[in-house]
Amino acid sequence: MTTMSVTGVSRWFGNVVAVNDVTMTIGPGITGLLGPNGAGKSTLINMLAGFLPPSAGTVALDDTPVWKNPDAYRAIGLVPEREAVYDFLTGWEFVLANAELHGLPDPGAATRRALATVEMEYAQQRRVGEYSKGMKQRVKMASALVHDPAVLLLDEPFNGMDPRQRLHLMELLRTMGIEGRTVLFSSHILEEVEQLASQIEVVVAGRHAASGDYREIRRLMTDRPHQYTIRSSDDRALASALIADGCTTAVSLDDVDQVLRVETSQFFSFAELLPRLARNAGIRLYEVSPTDESLESVFSYLVQS
Amino acid sequence: MGVNNTIVRLTARSMLGGRRLYLLAGLAALLLALALLLRLFADVSATDSAEFIQAVSLGTLLPLFGLIVGTGTIGPEIDDGSVVYLLAKPVSRHVIVRSKLAVAVTTTVTFAAVPTFLAGLIMVGDRAGIALAYGIGALVAGIVYSALFLLLAVATRHAVIFGLVYALIWESLVGTFVPGARTLSVQQWALSVAESIASPGVITADVSLGVALTLAAVVFVAATWYAGERLRVLTLAGDD
Repeated sequence: MTTMSVTGVSRWFGNVVAVNDVTMTIGPGITGLLGPNGAGKSTLINMLAGFLPPSAGTVALDDTPVWKNPDAYRAIGLVPEREAVYDFLTGWEFVLANAELHGLPDPGAATRRALATVEMEYAQQRRVGEYSKGMKQRVKMASALVHDPAVLLLDEPFNGMDPRQRLHLMELLRTMGIEGRTVLFSSHILEEVEQLASQIEVVVAGRHAASGDYREIRRLMTDRPHQYTIRSSDDRALASALIADGCTTAVSLDDVDQVLRVETSQFFSFAELLPRLARNAGIRLYEVSPTDESLESVFSYLVQS
Repeated sequence: MGVNNTIVRLTARSMLGGRRLYLLAGLAALLLALALLLRLFADVSATDSAEFIQAVSLGTLLPLFGLIVGTGTIGPEIDDGSVVYLLAKPVSRHVIVRSKLAVAVTTTVTFAAVPTFLAGLIMVGDRAGIALAYGIGALVAGIVYSALFLLLAVATRHAVIFGLVYALIWESLVGTFVPGARTLSVQQWALSVAESIASPGVITADVSLGVALTLAAVVFVAATWYAGERLRVLTLAGDD
């Protein structure tokens, strides 16, 4: 079990603050590093991978700082975002070279195992330069796994993958997480993170905006209005009952869609209130759906704040 | 002075696998062709031959080769980011630099020092020790240039431009007009070594052999060490 910790880390480039006082712990299982482009995700991963010193704070693997510490790479596997690899090598040669550079006792066996894990044996004799983007991503993955690392860092691993390759990589990462490895991947695509990560760290504009699973993150935003769409037997009566109670901040009738739109800032009390109000008023609720429970909306709230 | 065999192999393959090989071989062939033409169609004295080799080989070819080869061993990898596969390993960054340097030196010797020696042989045979003198001189220059330009490639993303400025401005211009600067010229160190090998009076250098060898050794060792230090703190800034 290996943990990476980021403690009070800031990183600036000249006048630009890329990462601003971030503290997080990345433990075993899959962690998703989520944020829009330019949020500082790559900067964070580069610091975690020991390729960038923090301007302030520490980045450590268990208790050892990773900067200027090549020995840390015995425990870290890195899948960089950039596509460049040694194009003139075959897939086999590339992964084998990585195994040799790790000083593994049996680089050939490790290479076979890593290529099998990413199901790339069929193309291992072809030059990496001829690979498709998804194949390259997999062979990069194999090179990162060849020394059986406890920590796997992936920078935007799903970029450029087709849906089938995406599913395959998700499956692979899930297995890694179940095996107790510490897996961190960055993404700006919400669905990927939602589907895969048990833990989400949201980074917005260099700041650590939220941490938890996505519902937790959503509930952290209690001061934000939550929106619901409601269909009932009598929308107008329900609207007046809701507005009479202090729980809601806005109620509107949508005549076009024949629905009632409700905004509340009190997530939990609203959940209790609504059925009670409806029953007391003799109104039948046909549909109650949160319109903004997706990570997308959480995200846009976080970006605004 | 440990090197890593895997890095040596990877570097040699990327170095000699593409167009760079043709460029290097072409330049070496050009030198030999010029030497042959001069030998066949012009009546050149030993002194003229010495001047020719000095200007073409030590003055032009060696700095150019050092630049192409020294930066070529690591510059493209740093530019495209693939160097990350070497750096994300439990391998000392100094070992990485020394492995790269071993390839650079071998390449420069093969494609510059040996052709220089052969060009000398073609032009003057074994008269006055000229061929051997310039061959060894080219060897010294090749070794020092390789280390210098490798350092440059690690230290800056604009290595080729700085290297060209160095080769053109410093070695050629400043060395020509400011006599004192010649003490700090790789070309002069190489000449000094050549001077000591050839028959007296054929080759003249402005730097004494002791100073030349000392400076060459110091620059080589310091550049190699410092390149390793720079590689230790090489940052791969994020794209986002």
